[in-house]
Amino acid sequence: MSAPPAEAWRGVAAEQQEDEITGKLGTLLRRRSRRLLTDLLGPYRRLVLAIFLLIVAAQLAALAGPWLVGVGIDQIPQLTRTRNAGPMALIIIAFAVSVLVQAAATRSYIAGIGRLGGRVVLELRRRLFAHFQRLPIAFHESYTSGRVISRQVSDIDSISDMFDESLASLVSAVLSLLLVGGGMLLLDWHLALVVMAGFPPLIWLSIWFRRESAIAYRQTRTRIAQVIVQFVETFGGIRAVQSFRRESRNEDIFGELNQANADANLRSQRLLAVYFPGVTLVGNLAIGAVLLYGGLRVIDHQMQVGVLVTFLLYLQRFFEPLIDLSQFYSAFQSAAAALEKISGVLDETPSVPEPELPTSLPEAGGPAARGRQVRFDHVRFGYRDSTVLPDLNLTIPAGQTIALVGATGAGKTTIARLLARIYDPLQGSVLLDGVDVRQLADRSLRHEVVLITQENFLFSGSIADNIELGMPGASRSEIIAAAAAIGADAFISALPDGYDAQVGKSGGRLSAGQRQLISFARAFLAAPAVLVLDEATSLLDIPSERLVQDALRTILTGRTAMIIAHRLSTVAIADRVLVLDHGRIIEDGSPEQLLSAAGEYSSLHASWQESLA
Amino acid sequence: MPPTAASSPQHAQDQLTAPVQAPARAQTPAQALWRLREYMRPYYLMLFLMITAAILAVSSEIAIPLITKSVIDSVVVKGIRAELLPLSLAAIALGAIQAGLNFFRRWSISSAVVGVEKTIRDDLYHHLQRLEPAFHDSWQSGQLLSRAINDLSTIRRFAGFGVVFFITNIWTFLLIVALLIRMNWWLGLITGLVFLPVLVLCLRFEKRYRVLSRLAQDQQGDLATYVEEAAAGIRVLKSLGRRDEAAARHFAQAKLVYRTQVNKARLRGKFWAGLDMVPNAVIGLLLLLGTLAVSRHELSLGGLVAFVTLTLLLVWPIEAMGFIIATGQEAATAAQRIYEIFDTAPEIVGSAAAGDGAGHDRPGLSAGRWRSSRTAAIHRNSRPASQPDSPNAPASSGPPARPSRTAPAATTRGAGWLTFDQVTYRYPGAPSPVLRGVSLELSPGETVALVGATGSGKTTLLQLVPRLADVTSGRITLDGTDVRDLPLPELRRRVACAFEDPILFSASVRENVAFGVQHATEDAIRAALDAAQADFVADLPWGLDTRIGEQGMALSGGQRQRVALARAILARPQVLLLDDPLSALDVHTEARVTAALADVLTTSTALVVAHRPSTVLLADRVALLADGVVAAVGRHSELLATQPRYRHLMSAGDLGNPGDDGRAAPGLRTGASR
Repeated sequence: MSAPPAEAWRGVAAEQQEDEITGKLGTLLRRRSRRLLTDLLGPYRRLVLAIFLLIVAAQLAALAGPWLVGVGIDQIPQLTRTRNAGPMALIIIAFAVSVLVQAAATRSYIAGIGRLGGRVVLELRRRLFAHFQRLPIAFHESYTSGRVISRQVSDIDSISDMFDESLASLVSAVLSLLLVGGGMLLLDWHLALVVMAGFPPLIWLSIWFRRESAIAYRQTRTRIAQVIVQFVETFGGIRAVQSFRRESRNEDIFGELNQANADANLRSQRLLAVYFPGVTLVGNLAIGAVLLYGGLRVIDHQMQVGVLVTFLLYLQRFFEPLIDLSQFYSAFQSAAAALEKISGVLDETPSVPEPELPTSLPEAGGPAARGRQVRFDHVRFGYRDSTVLPDLNLTIPAGQTIALVGATGAGKTTIARLLARIYDPLQGSVLLDGVDVRQLADRSLRHEVVLITQENFLFSGSIADNIELGMPGASRSEIIAAAAAIGADAFISALPDGYDAQVGKSGGRLSAGQRQLISFARAFLAAPAVLVLDEATSLLDIPSERLVQDALRTILTGRTAMIIAHRLSTVAIADRVLVLDHGRIIEDGSPEQLLSAAGEYSSLHASWQESLA
Repeated sequence: MPPTAASSPQHAQDQLTAPVQAPARAQTPAQALWRLREYMRPYYLMLFLMITAAILAVSSEIAIPLITKSVIDSVVVKGIRAELLPLSLAAIALGAIQAGLNFFRRWSISSAVVGVEKTIRDDLYHHLQRLEPAFHDSWQSGQLLSRAINDLSTIRRFAGFGVVFFITNIWTFLLIVALLIRMNWWLGLITGLVFLPVLVLCLRFEKRYRVLSRLAQDQQGDLATYVEEAAAGIRVLKSLGRRDEAAARHFAQAKLVYRTQVNKARLRGKFWAGLDMVPNAVIGLLLLLGTLAVSRHELSLGGLVAFVTLTLLLVWPIEAMGFIIATGQEAATAAQRIYEIFDTAPEIVGSAAAGDGAGHDRPGLSAGRWRSSRTAAIHRNSRPASQPDSPNAPASSGPPARPSRTAPAATTRGAGWLTFDQVTYRYPGAPSPVLRGVSLELSPGETVALVGATGSGKTTLLQLVPRLADVTSGRITLDGTDVRDLPLPELRRRVACAFEDPILFSASVRENVAFGVQHATEDAIRAALDAAQADFVADLPWGLDTRIGEQGMALSGGQRQRVALARAILARPQVLLLDDPLSALDVHTEARVTAALADVLTTSTALVVAHRPSTVLLADRVALLADGVVAAVGRHSELLATQPRYRHLMSAGDLGNPGDDGRAAPGLRTGASR
């Protein structure tokens, strides 16, 4: 009856649950993350040690400054009396040395951390990317590309950010607290204890802030992400938005999300508004207390005035590292959570593993007969609890083109995927010229078998780059020849930049048919022995399909091919047709034979003919 | 890394992404920043209070070292014990006041800056929703987003932090230097002067660091793009076995990012070291010269201590100044980028809006004129017969093809009578028009299939009806009224479309279907989904509440098309525009949808882009679009028989047979199509 309540529009999705879980376990480095970190840092043990020593040196030098000022001030009365500038000169030289040491050490440790972090992140990026490439399609299907991307982009970024800015501050903050605190205790432990009295309230305040800001931080992140999604989708789909007069509803939704984001921002800023002045307050109170108690001790000659000055100088920055600690804790936390997620991915083992000792295939029959024999030997396969292929036996002689026909769910795509080794059979084996595909190195298998689906993804770059992917290092003339063989040369040459025309993001201005032709050219250039086409032409319009079919006749000569198509026009170029039903082959023969046999195929063909009228 | 080399990719990118529309008014960044005050106006009083509080807070902070000076001079050196307690208490009180004022400043400014950011972003969204699709096409995808998110955060940071501290830091500097000069004029003067180079150092660092950061961002962006592509194209990479090549390319890009990161760290190290060194060096100098001053009795011992502490208080404001100025520059550029959008006026506005029609050359429409233009359309419909490339154009493409029920205007007005009259359309920047005078008439309730080669402008023609773009010349009328004379909401209520590439949003199925109809009932939604054969929705984990789209359940192309189709059906439009709505469906589903659609289509006038004979069968008539005009109109079988070009596009019968003239396909020669 009424518009759906505003908060219900978003609907329910599975990822929400995952996000909540990872949010909870972010705090601690688990064993596998620790193992990964040790492994990554291993080669840089010396650098890590050097950085640590440099930070200690920088902090000690920083500690020396105020102390030397205090000592210097104590020298002044004596200096006025004796007119001996020697001790004072020494103090000033020592001060200058401490300043230089601090500067040099600071400069080196920051650059060192940058290099260390850069190396670690680079290695992590390399491993992660390679691992994602190695994991099978089945993994990618359940893991979704969005998560693959966020592992490699935002998770790596939070680790990189920690090395970039936070780690140096974090380490030097801890050291500064320890060293300055220790220095104070050495100079005058009575006064130091007065200063230390500031710690309990400050630590309590910091823990409160850390906890609250972690929640607030997560909230701002999710809220701004929601704003971004709404924004991007609105303007990505502006045609739908405008033609369906969605503007006002969108404004309500966006206003709500934007308000929620503003509220989250307000909350986190107000946390800062309490925390920062709180730290200032404790620091100022400590200065007052040091003045009072330190003044008394100086009057009573229990302490020199220089020490009081040193304390006052130390206090200027003493409590600030706590701010760094509590601020960077969240950065540390998100980096730890990111590392946990990444190590989880790296622990994932491919379900379609590469052989340890790959077998190589015998030489193919030369350029005229590139094909190889394909054999399914008692193959059983199913997804979870349903069996798709109970027991498939099929031999395709080298050079033969077969077509798989049958209703949705008959197992056509599964057969194609087993041949391309996207899955491995549960029982039985898929053999290429008598060699089990599981015994082949991934590289040589992919060289022999290429699967083309209706998903015709093009990478950004030129059209030539995309075709070249079929055979890295191919010359321009080879690329053009491949495109010409497939019938794509005409439209590519007609583009303003020809083969150098840039393919826009996700295919840009090319039509689905044109994109598919380019992916055909790519596969043609790869020159596989076995070509598997799974619904590869179903998105093409008729003239394009006609082009592709002509091209296929040329390409498939001498190759083994498996074609799956709903539209029977594609089937006509096959030497042999297999009709599948529930994973079993129910008809097998040449198109002509099956047409005259008055079976399943001939009735399918009849209804297809009818649809053309 | 030389800054020029580093900044050049950025420039190149800026030029690439520059919008087609020039901003209505050129303005400098500073002017744009100044314009932003319109958003600050509600917060003027608060801003004034905040700055006052900030000035008082730094003043009390500065007063504390003066108390320290008194403690040392009178209590410690002269031994006046009685003054210690009141002086310490005063220091504590000042410290508390400073903290209190800081709290007030931060607390009150937070609502102001958050409010400003939200208001500008709401306004930006509102404005962008009203700009035509061509505007959005001309911007690279991330550009608008970065304005709405990054630029606004930059402005927020400047408003919340920069403005206040710009004022207070100048105040702090002047106050401290004045105090120092009062205590000892030459020492104070030297201290003040020594700090000036720090400001220069900070400004230079900020500048160089910004160049490097931008370079790093660009490189990270490129790397992220490649990661995204490798994830989306994983099937291609795996099926071709291009794992190693992809990894090598990824590593090469990651290495660029690494190098820039290391360069950044080096620069940061140098800067931090310099920042630490300068104030320390000043203190060392003070120690040297101060001792001299104290020994000559030009400065008290407490005065020297106060000198050192006050000097330390100078460090942060000076250091921050470089940052503040940089933030200010960034905020000004951000403001300029945002006003660039605000200053772009929508080109497609409804008739109710004033000032519309400036560039349109079209006569006012009366019933009489409408009638005459219709005749013209009919006349032109028959024109293709005389064109040399289709000598056998059938007589049926002319008037006889029009169903006779379209004749009485009185009964059909307001019922979805759609005519295209000499419609021409040229894409902005394209050398020649894609549509060169399309004339076509659809009577109420009629379904016409639009057939044409790839790139012939079918989709473009459809988009002109709901005014997602406006005709370059000619006109489209709905029930006799030029669509440009209808209020936009009314036009778009009467017209609905389903696109070839279905646009789904990250929201529930319910929300996606009831996209334009806010008060749709549950039954209506289910009925629309049934009509589109989207029965898979029932099997989704949360049924109609399941989130779909990018952030939700992944649907197949066919499923997405059916949801988009249900959306168009639910809108119950007078005119339904379907852009190849079944292209991603398998034959069985396609047959079911076609059957169901046939029922729906009886109530609406429909223009359906078709690539397949099966889709064409939905239509009463077929229009062949070629060379930018409607080359022929007629029934499917008629066109098959008489139009070779139509046969080429639609006849799959010859597909299996070798030796046809496929390579001559004209459709594939025309390259860039929308």
